[in-house]
Amino acid sequence: MEVLQITGGFVSLIGAVFLFLGSLGIVRMPDSYNRIQTGTKATTLGTLMFLIGVGLYNPSWFPKLIVLIFFILFTNPVSSHVLARAAYSIGTELTKLTVVDKLKDSRGEDIDA
Amino acid sequence: MKNLFISVVLLLSVWLLLNASLSPVVIVSGLIVTAIIAIFFSARNPVFKDMKLNPKAIIYFFLYFFVFTFELFKANLDVAKRVISPKLPINPGIVEVRTRLTSKIGRLFLANSITLTPGTLTVDIKNDSLFIHWIDVSSTDIEGATKKIVENFEKYLEVIYG
Repeated sequence: MEVLQITGGFVSLIGAVFLFLGSLGIVRMPDSYNRIQTGTKATTLGTLMFLIGVGLYNPSWFPKLIVLIFFILFTNPVSSHVLARAAYSIGTELTKLTVVDKLKDSRGEDIDA
Repeated sequence: MKNLFISVVLLLSVWLLLNASLSPVVIVSGLIVTAIIAIFFSARNPVFKDMKLNPKAIIYFFLYFFVFTFELFKANLDVAKRVISPKLPINPGIVEVRTRLTSKIGRLFLANSITLTPGTLTVDIKNDSLFIHWIDVSSTDIEGATKKIVENFEKYLEVIYG
């Protein structure tokens, strides 16, 4: 019992570190797209590990936490994709570091496709 | 029929996980309710029609799960490393990749997997092309980028969804 709780605490701690790095990324990244990269997705592993840690600490919650984990796995990519697509559609500029933009060539003919 | 079956299995597993028990009362009431819901919705929404249910597909589904978890860890560590290194070594850009998957749900899973792996983010889909924002572009041509981003997931998804 003790061992399980200590393990759970450690797993949650690692998750929290990933969440912190994700938010640090939001401050440091140069443009919206890169912020989406770190802000919404470097945090996936953080959230998952945090939930698993809570589940180890309190095993009777584990089944519900599995439902939560799958909910995050299915909704998180949709929201970050929609954010990025909307940002591109209203013409948010890419940072000067950008090396290539293939989407620029193919847009223009039909935006709704 | 297959659509109905997969809907029932999915709904029933969510129900059992939320209840966290396997008592006969829970299972029977869950079966009745999920069957009614699945009959109503699967007639109008054939979303699982393209999924395959042969043993190979099921084995590949679990293999895909492990491959995906591994990729998730690897990519998270990579992005975390970029965030903490003082020089901020990013090399971003939007690349185009091609997919061989034809079914809608297969493409949905591919786009979601790409987006969930940090470092790559699906910005748009147009016919066979996915436009992906990549935090560290290492090849700008379609073939090279496809090989690096898509193929790892695609070989499993192809068996599961076709």
